[in-house]
Amino acid sequence: MIPFWIIAAVLVISALWTVTARKPIYSVVSLLLNFAALATTYLILHAEFLAVMQIIVYSGAILMLFVFVIALLNSGIAPIVLGRDRVPVAPAAAAALAAIAFVATAIAAVHAPAIVPLATHSPLGAVGRANVFGSIGDFGQALFLSRLLPFEITALILMVAVVGVVLLAGDLTPYVPTRRRAEQARRALREAILREGK
Amino acid sequence: MATSFAGVPIFDYEVLASVLFFIGLAGAVARRNPLVMLMSIELMFNAANLAFIVFARAWLNNAGQIFAFLVITVAAAEAAIALAIVVVVFRSAPQVDVDDVRVLHG
Repeated sequence: MIPFWIIAAVLVISALWTVTARKPIYSVVSLLLNFAALATTYLILHAEFLAVMQIIVYSGAILMLFVFVIALLNSGIAPIVLGRDRVPVAPAAAAALAAIAFVATAIAAVHAPAIVPLATHSPLGAVGRANVFGSIGDFGQALFLSRLLPFEITALILMVAVVGVVLLAGDLTPYVPTRRRAEQARRALREAILREGK
Repeated sequence: MATSFAGVPIFDYEVLASVLFFIGLAGAVARRNPLVMLMSIELMFNAANLAFIVFARAWLNNAGQIFAFLVITVAAAEAAIALAIVVVVFRSAPQVDVDDVRVLHG
């Protein structure tokens, strides 16, 4: 019980830090903390494979992608001089409505009777044991036997993502920066670096 | 269906998931840096994943975990494509601000 509250506090604080940090690289660091805490929660909830996936895919792949993009763009060096962050009325109202709906759904789901009692499922056991609910073998059997279609769909999604990224960022259409824009960017960057130095 | 595990009621997990989801939503709505917006969206994905895994544990049903796996894949694909767009759009911009992108405003 105590570990849950510690992890919950870490999750909420690091999420708040991610959202409010002024430089995106700080957001990445706090998001890393958030993902690690979430992986721990997954372990508590008997989702062993997903805890490992959380570390490998999110912290290893996605966050590294963010770090590379921050390094690639000027925002990593230059202080980001932006206007005030905005809270548009319509999205804020929609968010409030969604919050109410989400909480109501969660309460309803918690109090709902078990509608689909599985005829056979793996027994509950300590995390790390074989042949218990949520063990790697249990998850793998579900993934490759009874729930094969979602797995095939993930393959399709990744394929589409690869094609999309190559189309967007690949050199299929040569990118010709105009000399004026390049000069502008260089000048702004130099000024920003000078400002940072003061 | 188990209503609590390891002394923590399932409702507390749900509250945690919704709090994380709405922190992410607030970030995605209010911030102007596209990278931070994307990270907020990742937070929302993760909150949904937490809810899936909590209910998978509650019903001892693997479907929730499989769906969380699908969500992780979607999040990876989304991050890759969105970051490619960010790189293409802001490659030569002096600062990164989504309000500068007005091509699709109509």
